[in-house]
Amino acid sequence: MTTMLEQPLRDATEPKTIEKVAIVVSKGSLEGIYPGLIMANGARMDGIAADLFFTFFGLDAIRKDRYAKIKVATVGNPGLHMPTLLGALPGFSALATKMMQRQMEKIDMPPILEFIELVHDSGVHLYACKASVDMFGLTMEDFVPQVEDIISVGEFYEKAAGGQIVFT
Amino acid sequence: MTATMIADTSVDLDAEGFLTDPQQWNEQLAEAIARENGIPELTERHWLVVKFMRERFLTTGTAPSIRSLGKESGVPIKELYQLFPKGPAKLAAKIGGIPKPRGCI
Repeated sequence: MTTMLEQPLRDATEPKTIEKVAIVVSKGSLEGIYPGLIMANGARMDGIAADLFFTFFGLDAIRKDRYAKIKVATVGNPGLHMPTLLGALPGFSALATKMMQRQMEKIDMPPILEFIELVHDSGVHLYACKASVDMFGLTMEDFVPQVEDIISVGEFYEKAAGGQIVFT
Repeated sequence: MTATMIADTSVDLDAEGFLTDPQQWNEQLAEAIARENGIPELTERHWLVVKFMRERFLTTGTAPSIRSLGKESGVPIKELYQLFPKGPAKLAAKIGGIPKPRGCI
């Protein structure tokens, strides 16, 4: 005779809200970097703990020599609805970036460095990915002072424990 | 929307506890809402933020972003989060008797 096991009940103590997020920023374009910053800031605005982990070209957001040079990708970006060849023209990416920045300022979206300062002051911890740092031959000296540490993937998971991980 | 008694005043609240009519607000009410939301006492710095939020909403029709709150209220971002750990903009709006801010920044 077989007995049917009852479905285990959902734990009533399970939280119904998100208490913590760890956000990975892996892309170095304007549209690759902003979503992670917006999500981290938005988490803090709702009292949710947040960590930011920058990896691969996402590191450009926190590099002293790069954060001011972040551009919209105008090649291979179907979202712009324009011919790829046009997007490849010299200066086009700079123009598109300037236009987008103007729109962002209108809705009170800060430039990258100010955004990094904002999330840091809001209590977000910022980390650089060790593998990417080694690959690009970087050190802590290359990063803005808001970056707390260079950590491995394992350490990232330790810090993310108990929360949600968002990859952008 | 439900009518609720807070600090001896009948007020209309939305599902999340924000006042639906900013005119029903008064300072005793603000202190009662703050206590209910984990702030035992409103300091001068809390009041600065709450009144800034409220005035901005009443003059422009929208609550300020966290960015302009940090730049213009006279209270920097770090301190905003010390004063209102569960979210400065939302909590200050709730205490200030204005609707929940809908902005993403």
